[in-house]
Amino acid sequence: MTFPLLTVTAAVPAVGAVLTAAVPAKQRTAAKWLALLFSLATLALAVLVAVRFEPGGARYQLTESHAWIADFGVRYELGVDGIGVALIALTALLIPFVIGAGWNDADPLETNSSRWRPTQGFFALILMVEAMVVISFEATDVFLFYIFFEAMLIPMYFLIGGFGDRAHAGSDENAAAQRSYAAVKFLLYNLVGGLIMLAAVIGLYVVAGNFSLQEIAAARAAGTLDMATNTERLLFLGFFFAFAVKAPLWPLHTWLPNAMGEATAPVAVLITAVVDKVGTFAMLRFCLGLFPEASKWATPVILVLALISIVYGALLAVGQRDIKRLVAYASISHFGFIILGIFAMTSQGQSGATLYMVNHGISTAALMLVAGFLISRRGSRLIADYGGVQKVAPVLAGTFLIGGLATLSLPGLAPFVSEFLVLVGTFARYPVLGAIATIGIVLAALYTLVLYQRTMTGPVKEEVRTLPDLRPRELLVVAPLIALLIGLGVYPKVLTDIVNPAVQHTLSDVKKTDPKPEVAVEAKNGEAVK
Amino acid sequence: MENLIALLVGAPLLGAAVLLCGGRRLDKAGHWLGTLLAAVSFGIGVALFADMLGRGAEDRTLYQHLFSWVSVGSFQADFAFRLDQLSMTFVLLISGVGTLIHVYSIGYMEHDERRRRFFGYLNLFVAAMLLLVLADNYLLLYFGWEGVGLASYLLIGFWQHKPSAATAAKKAFLVNRVGDIGLSIAIMLMFTTFGTFAFGPVLANADKASEGTLTAIGLMLLLAACGKSAQVPLQSWLGDAMEGPTPVSALIHAATMVTAGVYLIVRSGAIFNAAPDAQLVVTVVGAVTLLFGAIVGCAKDDIKKALAGSTMSQIGYMVLAAGLGPVGYVFAIMHLVTHGFFKAGLFLGAGSVMHGMNDEVDMRKYGGLRRYMPVTFVTFGLGYLAIIGFPGLSGFFSKDKIIEAAFAKGGTEGWILGGAALLGAGITAFYMTRVMLLTFFGEKRWQPAPDADQVPSAEPAAEHRAGRMPHPHESPKSMTIPMIVLAFGSVFAGAFFGLGDRFLNWLEPVTGYEHGNPPVGALTVTLSTMVVLAVGVAIAWSMYGRKPVPVVAPRGSFLTRAARRDLFQDDFNHVVLVRGGEHLTRSLVYVDHSLVDGVVNGTAASVGGLSGRLRKLQNGYARSYAVSMFGGTVVLIAATLLMRAV
Repeated sequence: MTFPLLTVTAAVPAVGAVLTAAVPAKQRTAAKWLALLFSLATLALAVLVAVRFEPGGARYQLTESHAWIADFGVRYELGVDGIGVALIALTALLIPFVIGAGWNDADPLETNSSRWRPTQGFFALILMVEAMVVISFEATDVFLFYIFFEAMLIPMYFLIGGFGDRAHAGSDENAAAQRSYAAVKFLLYNLVGGLIMLAAVIGLYVVAGNFSLQEIAAARAAGTLDMATNTERLLFLGFFFAFAVKAPLWPLHTWLPNAMGEATAPVAVLITAVVDKVGTFAMLRFCLGLFPEASKWATPVILVLALISIVYGALLAVGQRDIKRLVAYASISHFGFIILGIFAMTSQGQSGATLYMVNHGISTAALMLVAGFLISRRGSRLIADYGGVQKVAPVLAGTFLIGGLATLSLPGLAPFVSEFLVLVGTFARYPVLGAIATIGIVLAALYTLVLYQRTMTGPVKEEVRTLPDLRPRELLVVAPLIALLIGLGVYPKVLTDIVNPAVQHTLSDVKKTDPKPEVAVEAKNGEAVK
Repeated sequence: MENLIALLVGAPLLGAAVLLCGGRRLDKAGHWLGTLLAAVSFGIGVALFADMLGRGAEDRTLYQHLFSWVSVGSFQADFAFRLDQLSMTFVLLISGVGTLIHVYSIGYMEHDERRRRFFGYLNLFVAAMLLLVLADNYLLLYFGWEGVGLASYLLIGFWQHKPSAATAAKKAFLVNRVGDIGLSIAIMLMFTTFGTFAFGPVLANADKASEGTLTAIGLMLLLAACGKSAQVPLQSWLGDAMEGPTPVSALIHAATMVTAGVYLIVRSGAIFNAAPDAQLVVTVVGAVTLLFGAIVGCAKDDIKKALAGSTMSQIGYMVLAAGLGPVGYVFAIMHLVTHGFFKAGLFLGAGSVMHGMNDEVDMRKYGGLRRYMPVTFVTFGLGYLAIIGFPGLSGFFSKDKIIEAAFAKGGTEGWILGGAALLGAGITAFYMTRVMLLTFFGEKRWQPAPDADQVPSAEPAAEHRAGRMPHPHESPKSMTIPMIVLAFGSVFAGAFFGLGDRFLNWLEPVTGYEHGNPPVGALTVTLSTMVVLAVGVAIAWSMYGRKPVPVVAPRGSFLTRAARRDLFQDDFNHVVLVRGGEHLTRSLVYVDHSLVDGVVNGTAASVGGLSGRLRKLQNGYARSYAVSMFGGTVVLIAATLLMRAV
C-alpha cells in the first residue's frame, strides 16, 4: 500500500486541533506554538503534495479509495487534480499566517473569567476548519465532500460567534448581539444552501446509483448514464445554489459583510480567503463535471449574476464606512470575477479563475491582516476614525498600500494575471460581457485608493498620533505574503503549469474548446524568440 | 549586446528595491545610490546606442527573451524586450533626462526628511518607464504602463499630509484607470483577432483584419493614450498633478510619462494606418487638446499649472502628428524629444524660481527676477524661445514640421487641423511670453511667504516660512547644471535632428514615412508660423510688459474665468461623476441593507421562518443562539441519518 499522503495532509491539522484543545488552560502560549507547528507541518505536507503531483500525468493523482458505507455506494475516495493542488497549497499556506496574525486575538480579557479555554479553542477551531477544507478539496466522492462541506460550518460558526472583533462602536452587549446575528446568519444561509444540496445529492444517488465523481463523470461522457434534461437541471441547481451561497454570488451575498465585519480579522481571512473558495472550487469540479449540459444551460444567467456581483460588490465597497465591510464587499466583487471565469468556459477563463482563487486569497489576507493590525491599535473599524497614519506608521501604511494595490490588480502583482486572464477568457466568448466587466478595474481602484487616502494620508488625527508601527511579529506575517504577491505576479508559471492541464480536463467535461482567432497568424511570437 | 537590455530596467529597479526596503540606514547615501543607478542605466543606453549605430538600418533591432510570463492555452505573454530605433530614442530620453533630474533632486529635496524614499520612487519610475518602451508585447507594455502610473501616484502624493496632494494623486490614478479600460480591451481584441498580442505578429498582420476591428482596437488604444497623456477628455488630472515635487513635474508630467500615449500610437502605427476612421479621431483629439491646453495655460497664475497647460497642448501637437499616419509619426517623436528637453528645463527653472522665492508659485508675486537668478533666467529663457518656436531653436524645427504635416493631410480636414496647429503656435507664444514677463521682468511684486494651505501647488517647506519676505538667490550647482544641460538640448537638438533629415532617416525604418501632398509650400507655413508667433508675443507684451501687473488677479472676462477653471471640465466631472456616484453608492448601500437582504431573508422566511428567527436572534441572548446552533447540528445529524435510511 502506498503512503496515504492526502489523508495525512488532512489528518495532521485535525490531530493538531485535538491536541491544541487539550492543552491545559494556563499554557496558552504552548497552545499557540503547538497550533503553529501543526499548521507548518500541514504546509510541508501540502508542498509535498505539489511536488509529488505530475502536471502531465493522470487527471486525478495520489488517489486513495476505500469502502465506507458499502450499502449506499459511499466510498472514502480522495484524489487531486491541478486545481485541487493549487487550492490545498493556498489553504496550507494561509493558515500559519492566520494563526500568526491572530496570536493575541483570543487571549482572555481580565474581566472575563471564562471557565473554558478561549485561546486553545480558537486555535483548535482554526485547525479544524483547515482539516475540513483540505479534505473538501481532496474528496472525489460526492457524499464525502458533502459531509465536510457542511461540517465546516460548525467550527466556523463558533469562530465568528465566539471570538468577535474587540474593536466595536457599540457597547459590549451590542457587540455580542451583532456578533451572534452575524454568526447565525452565516450558519442559516449556508445550512439552507446545504440542505438544498443534500436533496440534490440524494437525487444524484437515485439517478446514478453511486457517489463517485469519477465514475459518474466517466459514465456521463461515455453516454452510459442518461439523465433526463429536467432532472439534470434540477440536480445542477441544487448543487449550484449551495456553492453560490458559499462563494457568495449576488444576491446571496449579504451574510458575508456581517460575518467578516464582526469576526476578528484573521477569521475574516479564513472565511473569504479559504472557506469560500470551496464554493467556487466545487462549481468547477462538481457542477461542470457532473452536470455538463445543465451547466451550459444555466451559463447565461450565471454570467449575468456574476457580472452584477462584480459591479454591485465594488459599488457597495465604495459606499462602506467600515474598513472590514469594505474588504468584504470587495471580495464579493472578486468572487464575481471568479465565477465569470469559470462559466466563460475557456481555458483562459478557467485557469484565470483558479489563479484568481489563489491570488485573491493571498491579496485579501495581506490587506485584511494589516487592516486588522491597524484596527486593533485604534480600537475602531470606522474609516472616518483614521487619518494621516502614513506619517506615524510608514511601514504599516506601506504594506497596507501594497495589499490595496494587489486588490485593485496592479500589474506586477499576482491578482493582475488572474484578473486579466478571466477578462480575456470571458471576452473571447462574450465580448460584451468581458467589456462590461472591465468597469470592475476602475471601481476597484476607486474603493482601494479612497480607503487608503482617508485612513493613511492627510493631517495626522489626534487619536492616531501615538499608534506604533508594525511589530516584528506582524511584519513577519505580512512580508512573506507581499513577497508571494510579487513572485506570483512576475512568475505565475509555477501555478499555471499545474493548473492548465486540469482545466483542459474540465473543459473536455463540458465539451468546449477555445474560440479561434479571426486572423490566422503564422509563426507565433516569431521575432520575439530569436 | 542584447543581454544588456534587461540591465537597463534592472539597474533602477534594484535602486528602487534597495531604497524602499533599506530603512533609515540608507538615509545618508540613498540619493547618491539612486542617482548612480539611473546613470548606470543611461550609460548602458549609450553603449547600446553606439552599438546600434554601428549596424545597418535593417538589422538594428535587438530582442531579449527572458522567460515566459503568462501562458494559458494560446494566450502567451513573454517577458521579452525589443530594442529598435523607436525604443532606443526613448531609452536615451528617459534615462538621460531621468539622470539629470536625479541630480537636480539631490539639491532640491535636500531638506526633506523622506528624501531616500523620494529617490526610491524616482528609480521605480525610471525602471517602469523603460519597461514600457522596451516591452515586446502589449501585455508587458501594460505592466510598464501601470508601473509608471503607480510611480506617478506615489510621487504626486509624495507630500501625503497635504490633503490636496493625496486627492490629486488619487485622481490621477483613477483617470488613468479609465484609460486602462481602453488598453485592456485593445489587448483582448488583439487576442481574439490575431490570437496574440506580441508586437511582431500583430503589427505584421494588421492589414489582414477587418477595418471595423482595427478601428475598434485603434480607438481603445487612443482611450488609453488619452488617459496617460492627459488628452481631452481625460486631461483633468494633469493640472492637479502639479501637487507633486517640481522635479517630478519635470520628469514624469512633462518629459517622459505623459508622452507614453504618443509612443503607444506610434508603436501601433500599423493598426492605425489600416483604420483611417480611428486616425481621424486621433487627430481631432490632438487638435482639440492642443487648443484646450493652450487656452488654459493663458489664464493660470500658478507657474506650474501654466506649464502643465502647455504640456497638454504640446502633447496635443504630438498626438495630432501621430494621427496623421506615416506623414507625421517621425515628427511626433521628434517633437516629443525636443519637448522633453525644453519642457523639463522650464519646469526645473520654475522649481529653481520657487526655491528662491519661498516656494511661491503665483507668478503675480514674482517679477524682476532676472537680476537675482541669472542662470535660471538664461536657461529658462532659452527654453522659452525653444518652446515658442523661435527660428533656429529646437521647437522651431519640430513644431514647424507638425504644422506642415497637418496641412499635408489634405482636403478640408487638412486646412482645419493645420489652422488649429497654427493658431496653437500663436497662443503658445502668448502664454509663454506671459510666463516669462511675469516671472523675470517688470516690477518686483514679492509678498511675504503665504500660508502653505492657501497655495495649491506650493511645496510644503513653505509651512515653516509663513510671513517671511523672499530673498531670491541662485540655486546650488546640483540644480543649475542639469538646467544648463537641458538648455543646450533646447537650443541645439532641433537643428541637429532636423537638418539633413537625421531624425527622419534614423526612425523611418521603424515608423515608415510619406511626404504627403501639402497644399501650401513649406516656406509659406514657416512664414505664417513666424507671423502668428510675433502676434502672440506682441499681445502678451502689450498686456504684461507695458503695464504694471496687479498682484491680485483681476476678475477677467468670462473666457479667462472659464480657462482658470479648466474650461469647467472639472466642475462637470464633479457634478456628474462624483456627486452622481456618491448618490448611486449611497442608495445602493441602502438597497443592499433593506431590500436585497430583506428579500432573501423574506424568501427564506416563507420557506422556513428564517427571518423571524433571525430577528429574534438579534437580541443576542446566548441561550437562543445556542438553541439555534443545536438546531443546526440536529439538522446535520438528521441529514446524515436520513442518508442511511434511503
